[in-house]
Amino acid sequence: MEIAQDILNILLSAAFWTAVLRIATPYVLGTLGELVCERAGVLNLGIEGIMTLGAMAGWMAVYQGADLWTGVLVAAGCGALMGLLHATLTVPLGLSQHVTGIGITLLGTSLSYYVYRLVLPQASTPPTITPFQPLDLPGALAQTPLTYLAVLLAGVVAYVLYRTPVGLAVRMVGENPAAAEAQGLSVTGVRIGAVMAGSALMALAGAFLTLSAFNAFFFNMVNGRGWICIALVVFASWRPGKALLGALLFAAFDAFQLRLQQIAGGVLPYQVFLMLPYLLSILALVLVARRASYPRALMIPYRKGER
Amino acid sequence: MRLEPRAHAPLAIRLLAPVGAVVAALALCALLVAWTGAPVLRAYGLLVEGAVGSRFALTETLTRATPLILTGLAAAVAFRAKLWNIGAEGQLYMGALAAVVLGGELLNLPAWAVLPLALIGGALAGGVTLLGPAVLKVRFGVDEVVTTLLLNFVVLLLVSMLLEGALKDPMGMGWPQSAPVVEAAELPKLIERTRLHVGLLLALGLAVILWLIDTRTIWGYENRAVGANPRAAAFAGMPVTRVMLRTALLSGGLAGLAGAAEVCGLKGYLTLDLSPGFGYSGIVVAMLAQLHPLGVVGAAVFIAGIFVGADAMSRAMPVPNYIADVLVATSLLCMLVAGLLARYRLRRS
Repeated sequence: MEIAQDILNILLSAAFWTAVLRIATPYVLGTLGELVCERAGVLNLGIEGIMTLGAMAGWMAVYQGADLWTGVLVAAGCGALMGLLHATLTVPLGLSQHVTGIGITLLGTSLSYYVYRLVLPQASTPPTITPFQPLDLPGALAQTPLTYLAVLLAGVVAYVLYRTPVGLAVRMVGENPAAAEAQGLSVTGVRIGAVMAGSALMALAGAFLTLSAFNAFFFNMVNGRGWICIALVVFASWRPGKALLGALLFAAFDAFQLRLQQIAGGVLPYQVFLMLPYLLSILALVLVARRASYPRALMIPYRKGER
Repeated sequence: MRLEPRAHAPLAIRLLAPVGAVVAALALCALLVAWTGAPVLRAYGLLVEGAVGSRFALTETLTRATPLILTGLAAAVAFRAKLWNIGAEGQLYMGALAAVVLGGELLNLPAWAVLPLALIGGALAGGVTLLGPAVLKVRFGVDEVVTTLLLNFVVLLLVSMLLEGALKDPMGMGWPQSAPVVEAAELPKLIERTRLHVGLLLALGLAVILWLIDTRTIWGYENRAVGANPRAAAFAGMPVTRVMLRTALLSGGLAGLAGAAEVCGLKGYLTLDLSPGFGYSGIVVAMLAQLHPLGVVGAAVFIAGIFVGADAMSRAMPVPNYIADVLVATSLLCMLVAGLLARYRLRRS
């Protein structure tokens, strides 16, 4: 009974819901980014590396004296550039999206570490910046601006995908590129644009970590969040609204296990709790795999005039 | 301009592709080296010297290449059958875990059996770890890329848990590390007073065996057929599911063996930094080798040389040793393009 009371106390506290929104932010942004790429038919396994690069670049810009919003823009720009690289290799050249994505992740991660070490050769304790502060609002609404931006962007992505010609073009090249080509659309152009935009969103997810959640850049700080986003996209059946919901659900679970760890910490090793998010993602994939409605042209390179 | 498939790619072109890719990667990374203000040619000179310049450097490179050959083979056999195993890192740690348990004082196995059991146990542990995602793939259609990636994190947490709990070395001064394996579980050294161990011969032998299986047996033929076109293979009466699961066991087993060999041949005990990303570098090794088992050996030695050489170079110059990781990642991307140029030709349309 005591445990039930504890659980209820957790769920009723404002601090818990504040944590949920904070934890959800990088997942919302990353999932939206991956969703935009996949809706255009391109799997982007570079997400983990792009998030790392966004985290490093955004933080580094601010550390060098830029203001926080410039840092956000720098991160997004770096993300878009990595997206351009991924798209160039996978769209016009039609290379394996799996292997290219892993390459982008390796490149983004190693490049971030290289630059960080180059600028700060002997930093034993990571130097810090002054991050975004929570807005002066009551309860769980006291979030940093990037969290609000993430929720807003979920709406924007949904609107653009379903209510604008641009979104229609993105969905078309992801479902039936030959038909899109027949409509006079450039499949290559639309796909490259979508991957760049999606990658910029992924980099924002990384920048949130260094500019809002923490105030420094650590190695391994992305810690598999990118891979979880890929699972969340499948879970959300490639819909922005569901992606927001899925990320919130996942974050609620994560925040809950953190609190539970404090209560039940003596009984089980803390690693068991840390495993749960990854295992939960795998379970979610298994549950939805059968009825997952992949974008029809996902991972299929398109060459004009070939079938 | 358009791409036209070559009917037949000559051996010269297929050998030239990785060389070209590596040259391109070195040229691109020269920009990053130059950014530090260090003289580029001298930096690369130091890198080569640190990798192969002395007897010591050479044995260090070959020691580093041993797990890379195994994880490279793991990626190559899996990718051949279009099983996207990105979880070699986790499978490697599972293999190391099994080796440390089987080779430890706790079980006290007979001396003649302990080393073979530790190695076979390590391979089995790795194989079973990949079998899970493979079953989910063939049974439920779950994409194995994400599941194998996520399992890497689960395995590392499992290892961390055991190193702080059941497997913790009581003599380890509180560090999260396992007790060392017994002496009988150690792989003998190949050359006295170096770190090079018999694991290298094991890896080389396996590369040759896999090459023979690939080119001379029905097994290898089925693997390649399923990878090239699973539906056609199924129509031809090949057991596609069984081939997938077999490949998973083999691929995971090779990665697991890499972990077991690192424990039994090099470290003697298990820590959380046993592998500096051997599982992920194995993917690059396999791609540079164009998934050819014998090519994997050359590619692994090359990648190992980059890592060992960059360490030596960064001690003498203000170039962070992460340049090795950047070089490896850039080589992979360049290799993908080079592979395309080897398979296709550019035609003016």
